[in-house]
Amino acid sequence: MVNEIISKTTLLDYLQEVKDPEIPTISVVDLGIIEDVKIEAGNKVCIEMIPTFSGCPAIRFMQLEIINCLKKHGFTEVEVKVAYEKPWSSERITERGRKQLLEFGLSPPPRIKGEIEEKDLEQAICPKCLSQNTVIKNPFGPTLCRAIHYCYNCHETFEQFKPL
Amino acid sequence: MQNLEALKNLLYRLADDFLIMGHRDSEWIGLGPILEEDIAFASMAQDKVGYSLSFYTLLHELGEADPDTIAFKREAIHFKCAQFVEMPIQDYAFSLIRHFFFDYAADTRIQALKNSSYDKLRDLANKISRELKYHCMHAKTMVTQIAKGNEDGNSRLQEAVNTAFPMALSLFEPTEFCEELAQAGICPTEASLQKEWLQRITPLLIEASLSLPQVPEPNPYYGGRKGYHTDYLDELIQEMTAVIRLEPEAVW
Repeated sequence: MVNEIISKTTLLDYLQEVKDPEIPTISVVDLGIIEDVKIEAGNKVCIEMIPTFSGCPAIRFMQLEIINCLKKHGFTEVEVKVAYEKPWSSERITERGRKQLLEFGLSPPPRIKGEIEEKDLEQAICPKCLSQNTVIKNPFGPTLCRAIHYCYNCHETFEQFKPL
Repeated sequence: MQNLEALKNLLYRLADDFLIMGHRDSEWIGLGPILEEDIAFASMAQDKVGYSLSFYTLLHELGEADPDTIAFKREAIHFKCAQFVEMPIQDYAFSLIRHFFFDYAADTRIQALKNSSYDKLRDLANKISRELKYHCMHAKTMVTQIAKGNEDGNSRLQEAVNTAFPMALSLFEPTEFCEELAQAGICPTEASLQKEWLQRITPLLIEASLSLPQVPEPNPYYGGRKGYHTDYLDELIQEMTAVIRLEPEAVW
């Protein structure tokens, strides 16, 4: 099927179909975990992905989803390498990704340039009212990448995608 | 490759500490004094087991067995973890103080490894150090709040510090490879890491009105780095491998 030359952009478009199983509004591309895409001779493609948090249990699942997705689009050989040693940063989430997090009800991580300091971990905007009058309740939430905060405006707790 | 044996020894120490500490943290699932602590210990367990996988993967690339085999099919005598991490969880005060000592120690080491001459270790340290901030932040917040909350909280934590501190020093038990690793720029000596760790935790403990006890010499908790462990490690391994031993060839 893949006779014409498939560009990297097309491939990334295909990968939009693969979502984070724990946040089904955001794709692996917008999450910024696709590090490299190589199209090789024939119908072979090599993807390099980097896990968000080292202990993320969804890595293996997303790896398989990527393979299934690209096979569906006609690639016969799909290799997905996980580069455990490469640091992922929340700065890698795209603008679209940040909106999708918000749609899901998760506060997107604050934009931070350079090394993250402890005070950066404490700030979050409320995904319901967008207030910044919030406080961190627990740096650990229902998944590794989420922290629990409280909004003084809504008087409700909310989850944030942690800055990393 | 130069310094291979020393490097592998360091990686085993790192990986085994994280795996066993991660397993102990996971034992708080369903038992935490409040729901948030239950979740925090579960998350930190997941992180730590994840770090051990990264280090075991590196060892595998250096010619050792695959990560699952290293993690689940070794006997206690082959583990290089410090005795501190194998101790049972005891009460929440002990586990919280252990978490405080362990994560600041791990963070101190990982920060140092960001300058390691071994590039793969440097890369991993860069990744892990970003996540460990959350562990240290959690430990510091909980210890400070409880120790400054009331007399009961303070005395329970002080008691835990008295018990845990001598054990925690086993994290910096010198090994025969210490000097070699330091000279090769792979990892600073255990003595210098211990000093740096003490400089970080001492002001935090003072702030929390807690003090460090005297430690007997020689430290009775040394030995883990050489494969001498308490019976608790063997019990832990038996539990950790209960499923894989039922069906060793099962595919998940």
